[in-house]
Amino acid sequence: MTLLDAVIFLPLVAFFFILLIPKDNLDSIRRFSLVASTAVFLASLGLIAPYWFANPGKFVFETDLPWINSPAIRYHVAIDGISLWLVLLTTLLTPLCVLVSWRSVQKRVKEFFAFLLLLEFGLIGVFCALDFFLFYVFWEVSLVPMYFLIGIWGHERRIYAAVKFFLYTFAASMLMLVAIIYIYNQAGTFDYSRILAGLQNGSIAPTYQEQLLLFLAFFIAFAVKVPIFPLHTWLPDAHVEAPTAGSVMLASVMLKMGTYGLLRFCVPMFPAAARNCSGWIVALAIIGIIYGALVAMVQPNMKKLVAYSSVSHLGFVVLGIFSFTQQGFDGAVYQMLNHGVSTGALFLIVGFLYDRRHSLEISAYGGVATPAPAIATVFMITMLASMGLPMLNGFVSEFLVLQGTALVDFRWAVFAALGSILAACYMLWLYQRVFFGKASAEVSGLKDLLPREYVISIPLIILMVWMGTFPQSFIPSISTSTAVILGPVDAKRDVHVRNALPVKPAAPGASLAKEIADAR
Amino acid sequence: MPVNFAPSATDYLRFLPEIIMIVVGTLIMVLEPLLGSNKRSAFSSLTLLGFIAALVAAVAANNDPGASFSNMLIVDGFATFFRVLVIGVGILTVLSSSQYLRREHADAAEYYALLLFSVSGQCVMATANELIMIFIGLEISSIATYILAGYLRDDKRNNEAALKYFLLGSFATAFLLYGIAWIYGTAGSTNLEDIRHFLIAGSGSGRSLVLAGTAAALMFVGFAFKVSAAPFQIWAPDVYQGAPAPVTLFMSAGPKAAAFAVFIRVFTTAFGSIETRWEPFVWSSALLTMVIGNFAALTQTNIKRMLAYSSIAHAGYVMVAVAAHSQIGVAAAMFYLAAYAFMNIGAFAVVTHFSRQGEKFVNIEDLSGLGWKQPGTAALFSIFLLSLVGIPLTGGFFGKFYIFKAALDANLRWLSILGLLNSAVAAYYYLRVIVVMYMQEPTDSTVTLEPLSPGIRTTLYAAALGTLILGIFPSLLLNFATRSSVLVK
Repeated sequence: MTLLDAVIFLPLVAFFFILLIPKDNLDSIRRFSLVASTAVFLASLGLIAPYWFANPGKFVFETDLPWINSPAIRYHVAIDGISLWLVLLTTLLTPLCVLVSWRSVQKRVKEFFAFLLLLEFGLIGVFCALDFFLFYVFWEVSLVPMYFLIGIWGHERRIYAAVKFFLYTFAASMLMLVAIIYIYNQAGTFDYSRILAGLQNGSIAPTYQEQLLLFLAFFIAFAVKVPIFPLHTWLPDAHVEAPTAGSVMLASVMLKMGTYGLLRFCVPMFPAAARNCSGWIVALAIIGIIYGALVAMVQPNMKKLVAYSSVSHLGFVVLGIFSFTQQGFDGAVYQMLNHGVSTGALFLIVGFLYDRRHSLEISAYGGVATPAPAIATVFMITMLASMGLPMLNGFVSEFLVLQGTALVDFRWAVFAALGSILAACYMLWLYQRVFFGKASAEVSGLKDLLPREYVISIPLIILMVWMGTFPQSFIPSISTSTAVILGPVDAKRDVHVRNALPVKPAAPGASLAKEIADAR
Repeated sequence: MPVNFAPSATDYLRFLPEIIMIVVGTLIMVLEPLLGSNKRSAFSSLTLLGFIAALVAAVAANNDPGASFSNMLIVDGFATFFRVLVIGVGILTVLSSSQYLRREHADAAEYYALLLFSVSGQCVMATANELIMIFIGLEISSIATYILAGYLRDDKRNNEAALKYFLLGSFATAFLLYGIAWIYGTAGSTNLEDIRHFLIAGSGSGRSLVLAGTAAALMFVGFAFKVSAAPFQIWAPDVYQGAPAPVTLFMSAGPKAAAFAVFIRVFTTAFGSIETRWEPFVWSSALLTMVIGNFAALTQTNIKRMLAYSSIAHAGYVMVAVAAHSQIGVAAAMFYLAAYAFMNIGAFAVVTHFSRQGEKFVNIEDLSGLGWKQPGTAALFSIFLLSLVGIPLTGGFFGKFYIFKAALDANLRWLSILGLLNSAVAAYYYLRVIVVMYMQEPTDSTVTLEPLSPGIRTTLYAAALGTLILGIFPSLLLNFATRSSVLVK
């Protein structure tokens, strides 16, 4: 039993504990959830240790136990530099979600916090599972609590949104289940490492056509979750109708399940198919970036605006992955974390505003900066981070993705950069309409940040600045792990310099980690 | 072939579960006029005792497997599996019935006697090794079930259900019997092994193949009717909706499992060698069953009818396993039927509890806010529904997973993909019940709900435990199913 097992199962234990607390004892339920989720977070900090002192570049905290003997299904979990940070993102945001729901959730309190912890269990599991069956179990298990969170505690159209969310993801993951079983029948194992090794050394040799179909089956399941245009239509509904904590977990962590799946499973297992499909996938990613930004610009509803901005930001992640360059991969993973932090923060602050004014319409606000300068400041920093302003986190990852993309095809980078410009437009315009201008009678009475809300905002603000100014705390560990995945699919292997423009060629074999280490 | 007509003690031991159930059933019929009406509750206890004794006998018989009564019956792992399953279904049915019967003022002994007879018939089906025994078992089981479907004889819907079930059922049985006659005429035997050897040896002769194929087709009609597989599923929604709720609970699990047992045994043993001929029919029937079941269930407002269509859809999944025609396919079908029995009994037990006198509340909308009025019941119901959807960590998921694994093993790719997409469609109508329970405010129908009766509570706990254990530790059952799935030695 390793620390990782404890981090995975603590939320589940806490879930059962909450079920035992009498349902009228609201304060003990809230306090217990906070203590439990904070304990999980503190425990998960210990997971950084191997990466802090050395940089293993392989899976650590590995546990591999038999679960079901026939078919051979194992409880196999471990983390590398990619999953480590996603696990930490999950464990950090859960206590913050508990805090933000402290007063805003007033009905069925016990069930709410129980589902939140069950969700944490599922999400952590998804990022650690190295057995396909186990992965699928966590993937589906995380669906159920989110469905309830949206459906019970959401806004007016919550039932429609919850069912749509569930059916979209469930239908797509059925294709993944077929693919997983198909691979098992060829490989005789569900173990990710063994399947990957088998595919790479040719002992499992599906024909190219099979590879392509398997790739597409996985891809569609992940693409719905990301979501990649045109499979995104569930997302605005789910985000808008979910309660604040639901939106935060959905945007910050659940969408990453899709991009994580693409990077962990789709690309390394079926490199040929991935390379051959990259053309239209990149096109979809760029459409997503620009379309998401344009649609975000015209939204009258704050949550919907942030939701569409997620479509745009996640487009960068997909773009980075399908550029098949070291910079693109690193940027993609870093963008996942940055989006988690800054969009999570945006949803939290929108939640603060909703708690006060009980409206998500932008037109209901205006001049909020006058009564609530602290909210305005926090929102300002978060918004700038989300836009990709230098010194804040979004910049680093968007830059890396654009750099990686430009190495392959400069035109892609140009189109994608358009998205960054549009992001500035919709964010600044949102800020102007909500915070500036003359405060109306309803708005001028708004309270500023409460102590509880300071506790929620400050860690995220610190992270935004830290991740923006000091990316070398994070990127080397990401880079060593992405380099392992990149090896067989590296774009440099067959990229001819197609660009007329003078692009600085990447030194062969030099990973970004090295560059940063040299710079130090 | 010298035939010894005097049965030995071993023969009786292997047949003991059926004997116990018939004896207890007859005893109950005899005792009823003797006991006063205030002692009625003794019957359900007596029935339970009978079932438990039969269960023990069935498990014990498996220690000494083999044929009995001149090879007419056979006790093997497969038979034991289904015997235990149908007796288990009988036990849970008794537990969920007693309160319902008192409520409807129909607490009579014949209900329990019929239940015992029906289950004993299903046990005969599970052990039958030749076609006449299969037919006898099927008739014992069916006739008792026809009467049970119309048990509340003053109720119009009960009468309609029983009449429909009886007329269509007899028609289907006639097909089966006709098929038996054809194959007897062709092969000169009703023993499954003998038919198999005849078909393997005589595969060169075209005429016997045509005759055997016709027989297989006729028998397929009979079995498909009993398992409610398309295109012979039309009766199921009306009968399931009309019959008393605990009888529906019973019908959807027990007779269906036993019918699948004989279906699998006949088609893998006797007709195993002409597999390429019947596989396309099972294939298309499986797909059609899933599609009809799932899409028809989408628009239902009555929960019993919705679960009836869902039960058709689930028969379709099991047909996929049959179509795979492999050892793991048989094991998958066995596992799925067990998981299905648990989750479906659980769901119908909630319906039985909720419907109240005269089955007033059987619309999905009536369940509004049940999640907040009776959180325990609703949570258990959610487990059953999520298992029916096929969410991991439930028996329903692992069963489905194993069925489609068997199908992909047998290269049935399109059937697997279409089947799994079907289960995404199914998610919609199961989720609708969860939506109503948790996302709508309580109405009159939920507010006036009385607490769970001890019998139904026990059923629900047992079913939930079974569903979760089969989902989290499937090896416990799967290993036995895999070992017993070798029907052809």
